Amino acid sequence: MNTKVTIAGVEFQNPIMEASGTFGSGMEYGEFVDLNRLGAVVTKGVANVPWPGNPTPRIAEVSSGMLNAIGLQNPGVEVFCNRDLKFLENYKDTRVLVNVCGHSAEEYIEVVDRLADESRVDMLEINISCPNVKEGGIAFGQDPKAVEEITRLVKKHAKQPIVMKLSPNVTDIKVMAKAAEAGGADAISLINTLTGMKIDVERQNFVLANKTGGMSGPAVHPIAVRMVYECANAVNIPIIGMGGVSTWEDAVEMMLAGATAVSVGTANFFNPTATVDILDGMIDYMKRKKIDNITDIVGIVK
Amino acid sequence: MKVKETAQIVASDKLAENIYSMLLATTASQYAVPGQFINIYCNDGSKILPRPISICEIDKELGTLRVVYRVVGKGTAEFSNLKPGDTVEILGPLGNGFPLEEGKAIVVGGGIGVPPMLELAKELTGDVTAVLGYRTDDLFLADNFIDAAAEVVFATDDGSVGVHGTVVDAMKENDLRADVIYACGPKPMLKGVAEYADSIGAKCYVSMEERMACGVGACLGCVCQSKEVDNHSHVNNKRVCKDGPVFLSTEVVL
Repeated sequence: MNTKVTIAGVEFQNPIMEASGTFGSGMEYGEFVDLNRLGAVVTKGVANVPWPGNPTPRIAEVSSGMLNAIGLQNPGVEVFCNRDLKFLENYKDTRVLVNVCGHSAEEYIEVVDRLADESRVDMLEINISCPNVKEGGIAFGQDPKAVEEITRLVKKHAKQPIVMKLSPNVTDIKVMAKAAEAGGADAISLINTLTGMKIDVERQNFVLANKTGGMSGPAVHPIAVRMVYECANAVNIPIIGMGGVSTWEDAVEMMLAGATAVSVGTANFFNPTATVDILDGMIDYMKRKKIDNITDIVGIVK
Repeated sequence: MKVKETAQIVASDKLAENIYSMLLATTASQYAVPGQFINIYCNDGSKILPRPISICEIDKELGTLRVVYRVVGKGTAEFSNLKPGDTVEILGPLGNGFPLEEGKAIVVGGGIGVPPMLELAKELTGDVTAVLGYRTDDLFLADNFIDAAAEVVFATDDGSVGVHGTVVDAMKENDLRADVIYACGPKPMLKGVAEYADSIGAKCYVSMEERMACGVGACLGCVCQSKEVDNHSHVNNKRVCKDGPVFLSTEVVL
């Protein structure tokens, strides 16, 4: 039985990763999960310099989901390389995807250049879809021309393969997927969070200081499956599927819809061992269904 | 050491209007210190986030943790309906807890900030005065504090018991002195307590509160503003769940 998947020449021991921003760089969840069992650790977004993020409250619960408006708080690429990448040296079986964020094309490039010679970095995930920062982030991800341009620019500088992370907050995500492919993306990942809002009826005010936040959790899963399916039928590059994946069934569903790998995000918050539980469930499914290679199920539901 | 496990409810009682006590059998009790909290997960899967609830009492011998919490929404309402023998998923203990210092101490709790001060009052070895603030004369846990502390001072919003006013008013009125003050309660109260501590030359630890998601320091949802650049993100944001919830009053912006 073979759980290996390959994306842009990078081999992953299995298709289960965690979604950027829900897992730090693995240090905290390393207490509950053997990071060496994961297909990859996908780091929280890293910028050129430290970002303080948004004011609090940054978190709100909604039915079967949550809103967050962290605003990409991060220590900047220098601290990240010296601390987080060093920490990840201890987990050689897992691949490392570094999520890159910026307010401008120049800021993305600065991070990409700094990471170019870091051997622990297997792939870059370019965040053009964060709904919680005013400049950069989603501003690049809602216009196909901008998606193509930033992809082309990053691709020119990057020494590692690049994955463009797409926003669901668009009229037609296929258009963005095609734009990323046209710009030279090695893969795409989707979905980032859906922009939402929650109002406290007693206080008659917004729950989040940022007013809006990105919605994630089990409630968004069917939307994510639909979007992965649409993109899989629109582009020829691999897809990392995510959005509300909480059980092994959710992960298998993503792969049947066309994802080569699957990220687990918000589920980590309600089950710290969600990633490995999902992996175990997927392996049992393969045994039961007599699936020799996990790649055999990718996109078979047409 | 943090434990993720299914905990059995040993006792569940109503203490006052919307205030409930729950005794949990859990191995997390073996690692807990005063001022830490546990994440309790709802059995109703549509409420996905854990509820971070402070530890009120620790019994290592019996292997139990007691939490006392206010019902503020559907999640805590679910907990209040649990009966002995029922189970809940928990993760903990989380956070840093109060450092146990030598000398004369004042423990200050306001409202639902009262419960975490009980285990602290029990474990402090020096002379302890408890200053407890309530809305009304519904003085939950007061008897426990009378057993645990040398002196207990009350403040109520409606003036029905003790000093009519805040815990800070009560400290001033009683001219309380100490080497160290520990406080948990709403932010304006913590600010007032920190100022009082400063005025009498006492060290002051405050337990902060913020909306949380993961509870383990990964998501950066629950930060508070710190005066110095923090070690994690190198900005001025400390993680309440991981770097705290207990901070020196001089470390954070109140």
